[in-house]
Amino acid sequence: MLRKLITSREALLLGAIAVLLGLISLRFPNFVAPSNLASVFNDTSPLILLAIGQMIVILTKCIDLSVAANLALTGMVVAMINVAFPNLPVAFILIIAVMLGTLMGMVNGLLVWKLDIPPIVVTLGTMTIFRGIIFLISDGKWVNSHEMSPAFKAFPRAELFGLPVLSWIAILAVIVFTIVMTRTTFGRAAYAAGGNSHAATYAGINVGRTQFVAFTLSGALAGLTGYLWVSRYAVAYVDIAGGFELDVVAACVIGGVAITGGIGTVGGALLGALFLGVIKNALPVVNISPFWQLAISGAAIIIAVTLNARANRRKGRIILKSAEQPA
Amino acid sequence: MSGSNTATEVANVIPDRIKSRLEQSLKSWESLLMLVAIAIFIANSFASPYFLNAWNLSDATFNFTEKAYIAFALALLIIAGEIDLSVAAIIALASTAMGAAVQAGAGTPVLVLVGLGTGLLCGAFNGLLVTRLGLPSIVATIGTMSLFRGISYIILGDQAYRGYPADFAFFGQGYVFWVISFEFVLFVLLAIVYSILLHKTNFGRAVYAIGNNPTGALFSGIRVARVKFILFLLTGLMAGVAAICLTSRLGSTRPSIATGWELEIVTMVVLGGVNILGGSGTLPGVVIAAFVMGLVTFGLGLLNVPGIVMSIVIGALLIGVIALPRLWSKWKHR
Amino acid sequence: MHATTTQSNSHQVPVLSLHGITKIFPGVKALDDVKLNLYPGEVTALVGENGAGKSTVVKILTGIYQPDGGTIYVDGTATHLPTAQAAAAMGITAIHQETVLFDELSVAENIFLGHAPRGVFGLIDRSAMVRKAAEILKSIGAEIDPAQRLRDLGIANKHLVAIARALSTDARVVIMDEPTAALSHKEIQELYELVEKLKAQNKAILFISHKFDEIFHIADRFTVYRDGQFVADGRVDEINEGELVKMMVGRNVNQIFPTRVPNIGKDVLEVDNMSHPTEFAGISFTLRRGEILGFYGLVGAGRSEFMQSLFGITHAATGTIKIDGEPITIRSSADATQAGIVYVPEDRGTQGAITALPIFQNITLPSLKQTSKNGFIRLAEEFALAREYTQRLDLRAASLDTLTGNLSGGNQQKVVIAKWLATQPKVIILDEPTKGIDIGSKAAVHEFMAELAAQGLAVIMVSSEIPEIIGMSDRVIVMREGRRVAEISRSELTPETLVRHAAGI
Repeated sequence: MLRKLITSREALLLGAIAVLLGLISLRFPNFVAPSNLASVFNDTSPLILLAIGQMIVILTKCIDLSVAANLALTGMVVAMINVAFPNLPVAFILIIAVMLGTLMGMVNGLLVWKLDIPPIVVTLGTMTIFRGIIFLISDGKWVNSHEMSPAFKAFPRAELFGLPVLSWIAILAVIVFTIVMTRTTFGRAAYAAGGNSHAATYAGINVGRTQFVAFTLSGALAGLTGYLWVSRYAVAYVDIAGGFELDVVAACVIGGVAITGGIGTVGGALLGALFLGVIKNALPVVNISPFWQLAISGAAIIIAVTLNARANRRKGRIILKSAEQPA
Repeated sequence: MSGSNTATEVANVIPDRIKSRLEQSLKSWESLLMLVAIAIFIANSFASPYFLNAWNLSDATFNFTEKAYIAFALALLIIAGEIDLSVAAIIALASTAMGAAVQAGAGTPVLVLVGLGTGLLCGAFNGLLVTRLGLPSIVATIGTMSLFRGISYIILGDQAYRGYPADFAFFGQGYVFWVISFEFVLFVLLAIVYSILLHKTNFGRAVYAIGNNPTGALFSGIRVARVKFILFLLTGLMAGVAAICLTSRLGSTRPSIATGWELEIVTMVVLGGVNILGGSGTLPGVVIAAFVMGLVTFGLGLLNVPGIVMSIVIGALLIGVIALPRLWSKWKHR
Repeated sequence: MHATTTQSNSHQVPVLSLHGITKIFPGVKALDDVKLNLYPGEVTALVGENGAGKSTVVKILTGIYQPDGGTIYVDGTATHLPTAQAAAAMGITAIHQETVLFDELSVAENIFLGHAPRGVFGLIDRSAMVRKAAEILKSIGAEIDPAQRLRDLGIANKHLVAIARALSTDARVVIMDEPTAALSHKEIQELYELVEKLKAQNKAILFISHKFDEIFHIADRFTVYRDGQFVADGRVDEINEGELVKMMVGRNVNQIFPTRVPNIGKDVLEVDNMSHPTEFAGISFTLRRGEILGFYGLVGAGRSEFMQSLFGITHAATGTIKIDGEPITIRSSADATQAGIVYVPEDRGTQGAITALPIFQNITLPSLKQTSKNGFIRLAEEFALAREYTQRLDLRAASLDTLTGNLSGGNQQKVVIAKWLATQPKVIILDEPTKGIDIGSKAAVHEFMAELAAQGLAVIMVSSEIPEIIGMSDRVIVMREGRRVAEISRSELTPETLVRHAAGI
């Protein structure tokens, strides 16, 4: 049992992050101070939220490339609503953001479920459409910090027991979705649908509907993150979080989620996101140009997926008795 | 199986074909797409008085030629059941390499070699990841997409390379004859070469076999890994070609060059009727799709519609062309 | 051995009953007004050739397909089974041909997928799930830890999990669709014991199998379908094998194997000491022109693995291979094809034909060099080659550009064989050449095999069917656990010796 735990993908990744932090702390001990680690976590929270949604989608053998565009569109809409109705309570803004994101996730899910269009095509399409819509509604203009109401901007930064609300939301999402994925019938269905869709149908699981739910959840998380992103950075424009969908996929892949479906955990997605978050935050500290970040995360994806492929490689049938011993 | 076969029982002669090739091709996706292209052409000529002008039309071809070079090779790769999302990043890296070569005092012939060589190297790297390490191509090339462009950023940061030699401008700005640009001539040539490669050679047949059933192809004595590797090489090479033309046309290199092109190129391939899951599609379809996308972009441009709105149209086109036939058949079965 | 002491339950009402069920697919009537009755505590065998409609019935019973006509009665009440869940709720459960399970989930999760016990907030009650799974596994005598991940189990244990899953729903009707297809001899015996246990629990069992010995061993009743129509039903102890076959095929099949006079020539293929790190070791033999060499063994004895290595699919093997006395190196299937060794795989769907390509393209695929010039395809020559070999194999199809996937299993097999004959090979390896094809096509394949040998081709036939091995082979090599354990000449060939060597007793 213990050996299993140590050799698990999550433990390996946790070890890698620890080693990374250790190396950085040799030269820059301040980086591992609790307050700095908390700020790294807070900075990574949007990535964590999106990675959880993406993990669920990939688990069902799909992919959602529209998450960043969903985030940007939701962010723009709530920012514009805030400008038009500055007194609207944040609770409403949150509800609108989640609903809008959910709606966009449902559009993806319906196209995949009802029309059987490959997910990569659907979400490539909706990704460009969502970005285009932002331009249409905003006329290409920015919503700047001074136009937003103080309450709108304050929510993600408000501190609770020493951590910003943004961090708490990420922590809550990790807990909730860990339960959803391990303790609900939907969670089971998602693993089954992605692991062996044919068999899942025989087990009475509606694979298409499971994929639809996965896209809906991913959309809801993207919508929520849309508000948090815009209010935290206090700006909304067409290109916010441009290319972020690739970071999200990268976090999942690094976290051991198999792109072929059926394998992955919320914990893995969390650690994958944290790995990228640590690198991103450490680069300026260790005096490496931030321009290195893209190449590093690319290399991390390739290394992670190579390691995953090794671990998941189907072992050939062992027929010879003598060959069974050393294993 | 009786009936249609009028031959005697002694020799069971099976006819080669039942439907003529003409009949088959008339009912094809390509014919439908051709109609769309003609409709857009007519609509455009009504919408703007500037449309039916030889120079304007010639200008319009630049909207799609460079992307189409890559789309031709990528179409074969997608038919074979793989994908390469790193093509735009390869453009960036190849362009950066050429920029660096210029700084080192290289002339045009060397620049071309550097551009093509970088493309080939990147393609080989992708090919090795997929065929040697057995990685799923979609993740592997999402990784190399960040890696290749990331290297450009490391080299260039927020700087740009300029100072390309004057004769280098020919590839992206030169005209072979009257309004016929070098890029357009290259487009026609590559369209022919890739059509023949896919539809008239043993290699093309292997591509279809692999895309439909890689295991079956392997069990039929086809060198599956080698074919896939060559396809990644070709895709990288075409990205190198596109990098030369684009760099020549822009006259400068920034690491953000050709951002987002991979999506437009994939859209072009899928719009051309290539099944994103592999196994089917034709090169003429991709050629027509290139024209359709070019015409839409150009037409909207003439109407002063901003570029980002065109992306809505492109996105809707991508989903629409796949969704509509499926909706139609669903509705018919009711 | 099997005491047919089962009391006649015919006075009982069937648990499940199909009346006049019809199912139409575009262009095909898969089921035409068929009936089926299943009684508690009895095993009913559903018998029929491929395409008789057996799997369609299973899919209707499990809620995957909806019938276009007719009625399903459960306990005498007309019922609809709109979904897989509805069927499960009615107590109908199926153990499918391929074990349909999920590697990444635990044993307990596999057993309870879709109907897990719920606790607070409607969440899955994990401890109850593990406890119940352990109970079920114990009841069928399986020693498996319910918390284990399924991927860590062997194939036989996975099968037990599938059975446990079927029993977890308090099933009253258990459908076993070719349950023994992937099992070894010993595992089949264990399965029989399990079926007896289920009978004792008064469950109604629908048993679908191609193998007559199984049907006569285990079934109480039989129902025969042919081409989607009901033919007959009755009690198994009132008929014999010949009568059942006659009902199945609608004609008399007595002479199944062609008589042939082997004309054996010089050595073609010499294999010396081929070994693989995990799959087989020390395989040596020679094969001569005009010879049919049978490879017999239990499923999982390493025969296919060895053949695929000989054909260049599996690497990492050591040893020497000679063709016509010349040593050759085989690193890929292309190398093997070039050397004149070709392989007709067991798994037609994924390894044999490329179903989405037309017939002529499938046939010319390995011979494209022959029909092309400088790498450019020449259609006329392609069609000519395809025409020649489809005629030779008496293929039935509307046209040569028909998609291969639209052909029946037997005709697809002919396309695969034609593909390889067109390369003019020296050695052809046929892996379970008649598995899953109907009796009529089987005879055609056997006859053709004999013809090939008569023309001087060297044939290797891997088969798990004893009659086929005895009926066709000039010589048989028996494999067990990756090793060659016996070589038996035609004169010494008996079912007993084969089984003795294969099972190691």
